[in-house]
Amino acid sequence: MRATLDGNEAAATVAYRLNEVCCIFPITPSSPMAELADEWSSRRRTNLWGNIPSVVEMQSEGGAAGALHGALQGGALTTTFTASQGLLLMIPNMYKIAGELTSTVFHVAARSLAAQALSIFGDHSDVMAVRQTGFALLASSSVQEAHDLALVAQAATLETRVPFLHFFDGFRTSHEISTIELLGDDDLTALVPEELVHAHRSRALSPEHPFVRGTSQNPDVYFQARETVNPFYARTPSVVQELMSRLGERTGRHRHVVDYTGHPEAERVVVVMGSGSATARATVEHLVARGERVGALTVRLYRPFPAGALVDALPRSVARIAVLDRTKEPGSIGEPLFLDVLAAIAGNGDGSRGSAIPLVIGGRYGLSSKELTPGMIAGVFDELSRDTPRRQLTVGIDDDVSGTSIAYDPSLDIEPAGTFKAAFFGLGSDGTVGANKNTIKILGAEAGLYAQGYFVYDSKKSGSQTVSHLRFGAEPIDAPYLVEQARFVGCHQLGLLERPEVLGRAAHGATLLLNCPYPAEDVWGTLARPIQEQMLEKAIQLYVIDAARIAREAGLGGRVNTVLQICFFAISGVLARDDAIARVRESIEKSYGRRGSRIVEANLRAVDRALEALARVELPTKATTTRELAPVVPEDAPEFVRRVTAAMMSGRGDELPVSALPADGTWPSGTAAYEKRNISEIVAAWDPDLCIQCGNCSFVCPHGVIRSSYYETSRLQGAPRGFQSAPLRERGLPQTSYTLQIYAEDCTGCALCVEACPVSAPGEPDRKAINLTDREPIVSAAREHVAFFETLPVAERSRVDFGTVRGTQFLEPLFEFSGACAGCGETPYIKLLSQLFGDRAVVANATGCSSIYGGNLPTTPWTTNADGRGPAWSNSLFEDNAEFGLGLRLAADGQEGIARRRLAELRDEVGSELVDAILGARQLTESELQAQRDRVAELVRRLAGIDGPVATDLASVVDHLVRRSVWIVGGDGWAYDIGAGGLDHVLASGRDVNVLVLDTEVYSNTGGQMSKATPLGAVAKFAAAGKTVEKKDLALQAIAYGSVYVARVAMGADPQQTLRAFREAEAYDGPSLVIAYSHCIAHGIDMRDGLDQQYRAVASGCWPLLRYDPMLRATGANPFLLDSPRPRLALTDYTRRELRYSMLESSDPAEAERLGALAQAAVAQRWDTYEEMATRPARRFAADARKEHR
Amino acid sequence: MNLATTYMGLALRNPLVASASPLSRTVDGVHRLADAGVGAVVLYSLFEEELAAEAERQSWIADAGSESFAESLSYFPSAAGEEPGPRRYLSLLERASAAVDIPVIASLNGVSPGGWTGYARAMQEAGAVAIELNIYYPPSDPRVPGRQVEQRHVDVLERVKSAVTVPVAVKLNPYFSSTGEMALRLDEAGADALVLFNRFAHLDIDPETLTVAPGLGLSRSAEARLPRTWIALLHRRLRASLAASTGVEGPEDVAKYLLAGADVVMTTSSLLRHGPAHAMVLLDGLHAWMQRRGFADLGELRGKLAVPYGVDEATHERAGYVAAMQTANSTMYGPW
Repeated sequence: MRATLDGNEAAATVAYRLNEVCCIFPITPSSPMAELADEWSSRRRTNLWGNIPSVVEMQSEGGAAGALHGALQGGALTTTFTASQGLLLMIPNMYKIAGELTSTVFHVAARSLAAQALSIFGDHSDVMAVRQTGFALLASSSVQEAHDLALVAQAATLETRVPFLHFFDGFRTSHEISTIELLGDDDLTALVPEELVHAHRSRALSPEHPFVRGTSQNPDVYFQARETVNPFYARTPSVVQELMSRLGERTGRHRHVVDYTGHPEAERVVVVMGSGSATARATVEHLVARGERVGALTVRLYRPFPAGALVDALPRSVARIAVLDRTKEPGSIGEPLFLDVLAAIAGNGDGSRGSAIPLVIGGRYGLSSKELTPGMIAGVFDELSRDTPRRQLTVGIDDDVSGTSIAYDPSLDIEPAGTFKAAFFGLGSDGTVGANKNTIKILGAEAGLYAQGYFVYDSKKSGSQTVSHLRFGAEPIDAPYLVEQARFVGCHQLGLLERPEVLGRAAHGATLLLNCPYPAEDVWGTLARPIQEQMLEKAIQLYVIDAARIAREAGLGGRVNTVLQICFFAISGVLARDDAIARVRESIEKSYGRRGSRIVEANLRAVDRALEALARVELPTKATTTRELAPVVPEDAPEFVRRVTAAMMSGRGDELPVSALPADGTWPSGTAAYEKRNISEIVAAWDPDLCIQCGNCSFVCPHGVIRSSYYETSRLQGAPRGFQSAPLRERGLPQTSYTLQIYAEDCTGCALCVEACPVSAPGEPDRKAINLTDREPIVSAAREHVAFFETLPVAERSRVDFGTVRGTQFLEPLFEFSGACAGCGETPYIKLLSQLFGDRAVVANATGCSSIYGGNLPTTPWTTNADGRGPAWSNSLFEDNAEFGLGLRLAADGQEGIARRRLAELRDEVGSELVDAILGARQLTESELQAQRDRVAELVRRLAGIDGPVATDLASVVDHLVRRSVWIVGGDGWAYDIGAGGLDHVLASGRDVNVLVLDTEVYSNTGGQMSKATPLGAVAKFAAAGKTVEKKDLALQAIAYGSVYVARVAMGADPQQTLRAFREAEAYDGPSLVIAYSHCIAHGIDMRDGLDQQYRAVASGCWPLLRYDPMLRATGANPFLLDSPRPRLALTDYTRRELRYSMLESSDPAEAERLGALAQAAVAQRWDTYEEMATRPARRFAADARKEHR
Repeated sequence: MNLATTYMGLALRNPLVASASPLSRTVDGVHRLADAGVGAVVLYSLFEEELAAEAERQSWIADAGSESFAESLSYFPSAAGEEPGPRRYLSLLERASAAVDIPVIASLNGVSPGGWTGYARAMQEAGAVAIELNIYYPPSDPRVPGRQVEQRHVDVLERVKSAVTVPVAVKLNPYFSSTGEMALRLDEAGADALVLFNRFAHLDIDPETLTVAPGLGLSRSAEARLPRTWIALLHRRLRASLAASTGVEGPEDVAKYLLAGADVVMTTSSLLRHGPAHAMVLLDGLHAWMQRRGFADLGELRGKLAVPYGVDEATHERAGYVAAMQTANSTMYGPW
C-alpha cells in the first residue's frame, strides 16, 4: 500500500507496532515520532500483537533512558525517539543496555550538537557521539528506508541481542514528506517472529527465577567479562544483511549493509551515509552515463562496522576514495566514518584483494542541514581527480581560513526532465505549508504519481517565512536536496518577492504565481527594477491574484492557502485542470469536514472565486521602473552587521566564508534593531490627547516597540512633521514634553498595548489612547519620527521612579524586537528585567523559547545602552541552566573578592578615601549604583597611572566592584522538569542568584508537550486526555527552604506587584525565584486576550499572586504575603476561554467535567493553605540559618 | 396530596420544571435541581450557531502559529480544531438522564434545516425523553412578511417531528399578530407541547458608555401576565400540553399559572436568583396553598380560571371578554 508521509511517521509507524513501551522526552526533530506514538496509544491503537503500547513522557532524556532500561529489564519491548543533546543524555544507559546485551531500538532523527551554538538541524554529530557505546548503528537514507530499516533494526536487535540505534537525517529525512510503499503487519510478522519476543521476555528480571544483573566487577574479571560480547557483535552484520535480503524478497526493495552504485570498474568512489548517499548515488549514475568511472558506496550499517562487506563492495579498480562525514571532530586526524573506512581498507578485509591500498581522503559536508547537492558530489570527484587531492576537505562552504573547501558547480542539474519541481514562498501564518502538504497528499494519492515535499522555516516565531520545495514525478523521488530550477514558483506574499531566493529558484520560462493586492494591469509597475529585469531574463510567465481579498471575502480571514492552492492546480498543469479542481474540492470536504460545515463552505467559496480572479500578466520586453531594491540594513549599521548579519538576513548566509564568522560563538549584541521586519499590516498608534502617560502599554509590550521619553519642550524645534508629543503630566517639570514613540516597523500588531490601556475616548469606548492602525500609510513618517526620537535624551536612571509602572516606561529596554510570537507572554518580563537591571546583568538562559527568540541568529534582541552596557547573555543547555547561572555567580563572587583584596592592597596608591568609599558602598538604589560606577571609573583612571602586578590584576577584575546581577531565566520545561534537580540545588545554595521562570505551563518551544507545570485538566501533547495530576507548586517547595525569596507574579493581573517582586528579588542577598505567568500561543487563545486571561487566572484563584520574603521573617514579620484577593471568578470563567481546556470538553465531556470539578476543588484547597500561611506567625516558617550565621 | 401530572405524555412527579439555563450545564447541576424536587429538567439549549462559531474559532486558534517554526509545527494534539460538535451536549444529556430519575428534556436552537433535524435525532439517540425547540429568529430584515415567519416555525416543527419519535415541544415567542392562531397551527402540525413564552435577549443601550449592551435580565412576577393570558385562552383548545414560562418567583406564581390552565410551570430566574434549592420553596408553597384552599390534586385546580371552554363560541363575546380583562381588578382575570 502506498502512502505519503514524512520520515518521522514512516519510522514511528513501524516502531509503534513492534513495541510495548515508549519512554520519551520531546526534542526536535524527533518529537513527532513520540507525539504520533502517544496519539495512537491514546486512540487505543494496538501493536502487532494486539496490545496498546504505553507511551511515557519523562522529565528528560536521561530519565527516558532510565525508564527504558528498566522496562527492558522488565521484559517489555521498549523504544525511544530522540536526537542531539537528548541522545547524549542517554549515553550512560546506552553502555549499560549494550553491556547487558539487551534488545531495543532507539530511533533517532540525527541532529547537530550544541557546540559554538545550538542548532536544531540535521547532521550526524549526535549519533557519532554514541558510536562507542556498544549500540549497533543503522542509517536510513530516505523516508522509505526509515520505514523499512525501522523493521530491520527491530528484527536484528531481537535476533542478535545487540541494541540498535536506527537513525536518519534530522529534517531532511525526518520532515521530508514522500510517497512510499507501506509495510503490512505480515511483513512485520515475517521478520519478527514471536519466539524472539518471548526470548527477550525470558531474560527479564523475575522473582520467580531470580538472578542479579548489574554487579560491580573488579580487576580480576571486568576485562574478560567485557570481551564476552564479541561473538554477538561479530554475527550482527550478517544478521542485518540476512534480514535486509528477506525484506527485499518480500518488497522488492533490496538493500545491503553496504551498497555500491556506479561503474563496475570505477576509479574514484565516494563513501556516504544517510540521506547524502542518495544524492551521491544519483550523481554517480549521471556521471557514469557521461562516461566517468566513478562509484558511490552507501554505508547503512555503521556499527558493528562491516569492514569485510565494505571492502568487498568496492570494485578492485578503485584508486581513490573520498569518505564524506556529516560531523566534525575537532582535533582528530579525520572524522569517524573516514577513519573506519581507512582502517577497513588498510586491514583489507579478508586480504583477498592484495596489498594495493587506494588513496583515501576524508571530507565533511552538510553540518546543520547544510545542503549536499549533486554539484558538490561532482566537486568531490573532481577533487579526487587532482594530482594531489586534499587529505581533508569540506564541501558546501567557503573555508577561506583553513583552505579545506573544494570548488564545485552549483548549477549541475541531474534531475530527470519528467520531475515537476515547484517552490512556494509564504509566511507561517498564511497557511502556505499546510496547503502544500495537502497538495502533496492529493498528488501522492494519484496512481502512478510520486510526490516529495520539504519545508524550510525561518528562525523567528512571529512573521516567519516558509519555503516549500515540492517535486512530483512518475518515479519514486530520491532527491534529498532543495529545489532549484523550479518550473513553478508561488510567491504568496508580495513582500517576499525581493528576496533573492524567490526568483533565484525559478527555472527559465517558469510560471510565477504572485499574490498581490494590485489589479493585474498595475502589478508590473509596482515591481523594483532588478525584479523586472530578472523576470524578463528568465522569461517568467506571471500570474497574479489578490488572494488576501478573496480569502477575506470567502470568510477565511488571513489564510490564503486554499486560494493559492487552487491557483497552483489551475495553472501548473501538474494534473488536468478539471481533475485537479475536483481533487481540491474533495480534499477540502475531507480535511475540513471535521471542522464544521461553515469552514468547508468558506473554502469551497474561495476555490470558485479564486478561479474567477486568477489573471495572467503579459510582460513588456524591458524593465519599466527605476526603483532599486532597498538596502537590507541601514548604511550606518556597524561593519559586522553590514557584512555578516545583512547577508544572513537576506537569505545569503550560505555564501558567507568561514572567516566572516566568529571562531568561538561570540556575537555582537543588539542586532535585532537592524532588522526592520514590518511583519504586521496593523501597528500601534498613539493618541497624545487621550493619553494619561501611565506607562501600562510600554510595560506590557512584548516586543519593546513602545518607548517613552520626557524632554525640554524646546527640543521639539526641528522635529519632523507629525512627530507627536504632549506636555508631561508631572508637577514640578514645566516646559517639559512627553512622547510615546511607536517603532512601527518592529510592531507585530499584537494589541496587548490596546488591551492594557486604561483610558477611552469619551463616548467611544473602543478608542483608546493607543490603538491599532494600518501600517502602510504611516510607516515612512514613523521611520523619521523614530530617528528623531532617538536623538532625544534618555532619562537619567537615577531620576526615574523605579517603584512604579509609570516610572519604568522611561527605562530603556535592553531587550527589543525579538522574534517571539506576536503578543508573547514571556518577553514583557524579560524586557522588564532588562530595563531594571540590564546594565549590570548577566543572564543564563535555559534552552527553550527564550533562548530561541533571545539567541537565534541572524539577529538577536539583547542589546546595549548608550554607554555600551547591557545584559551579557549565554545559553548553556536545557538541563543545566540553574547550575550554569550559579557558576556565573561563583565567578563573580570570586572575582569581586579578588578585586576587593587587591584594592585594599593598593590603598595607599589609589587613595584611602576612594578605596573606603568603594569597599563600603551600599549598592541598592540606582543612585548608589551610579555613584559606585563613578567611583570605579575614577579608580580605573588612577590605576592607569599605577604600575605593578597588583594594579594590573585589579584592572582585570575591576568591573566586579559594581554589583553584578545574575539572572537565571528559563521556561517551565526547564524549571519543573529537566532542570528541576539543578534548580532545587541552586536555590538551596544560598547564593545570590535571581531565577525567573517563564511559566507557560507547557513545553512551548517544541510544540506544546506536557510539563509538570501543566495544570490539572489541561490538554497538551502527552496529555491528550487531560492532565490528571495537579501542577507542581514550585513556590511552596522553594519557600520551604526559608532562605529563598519567592514570588509568583502575573503582569496582566497586577503589574505593580510584578514590578515590586522583580525589584525585591534582585535586591535580596540570596537566591530568589520569580515564577511568572506567561500566556502562550500553546494555551489556545487569541493572543490579544493574553493579559485578560492572566487577570482571570488570578481572579479565579488558579494563579494566586504571592511573595515570600525571608527578610521579613528576620524582622519578626510574616514573610508570606498573599498579594491577590480571594477568588471571585469560577475556575471555568478562566479555563473555558482556552483551547487547552475546552478541547477536552469536546473530546471527553464527562472527563472534562470531572477534572474541572477536581481542579476547582484544588484551587479552593490551595487558597485555604495560602490564606493560613499568610496569617501564621513568623516563627512558623523556616529560619534562614545562612543569614543568622553572618 | 397529589402533585403528579403529565406533560406531553411524560409522567412528572410535580408540575415544576427547571427550564433551560446555565444551572443544567453539568450533571452535578442537574442533580441539584432534581434533589431540590423539580418534576423535570430542560437542559440548557444547544445553539447550532454557537457550535458553528465555536468550531470556527477553535479551528482558527488550533492553527494559529502552526507550520511556522521548525520546532513547533503544531501546538496541540491533532484532535485540536476538530469541530467540537454536539458531543459535549449529548454527553451531558446522556449522563444527566442516567443520573436522575426525573425526565431530562433536551433543548435545541437550530439554524439550518439539517441542523434542526440532525441534532434532534442525535438528542433522541443520546436518551432525551423529549425535545424542546427553542425557535428564535432575531429581527433582522424588516421586510420579512409575518406569514413567512410563522411558516418557518411550522416547518421546523414538522421537520423535527418527522425525524424523531420522542415528544417535541415548541418554545414560542409572544410576538405574533395572532399568537393564538400560531399556537393552533403548531398544535395541528404535531407539537406535543407549547412553552409560553420565550424571552429574548433584546439589545439594550448604555447611555454612559454609548455602547450597545446585552439586555437580558432575570424575569419578574409581573411579566407572567402575558403568558398567563394566553394560557388561559388556549387551555383545552389544544391537543398539546401547555407549559408556562416567565415570571415564576414565588409559589403563588406557580398557583396562578396552574389556575390559568398550564400543565407544567417552568422557572429559571428564581432558581438563578436564589439557587436550585428554591425549587423546594416553590413546591412547599404550592403544597401549602393547595392545602389551605382544599385542593387534593392538580386536576381540581388546573384551568379553573381559564377562559371557559365548551361554551358556544357564537354566544360568547370574545372581544368583550378580552376588553374586560383589560380593566384591572374589575374581573376575575384582572391581576393579569
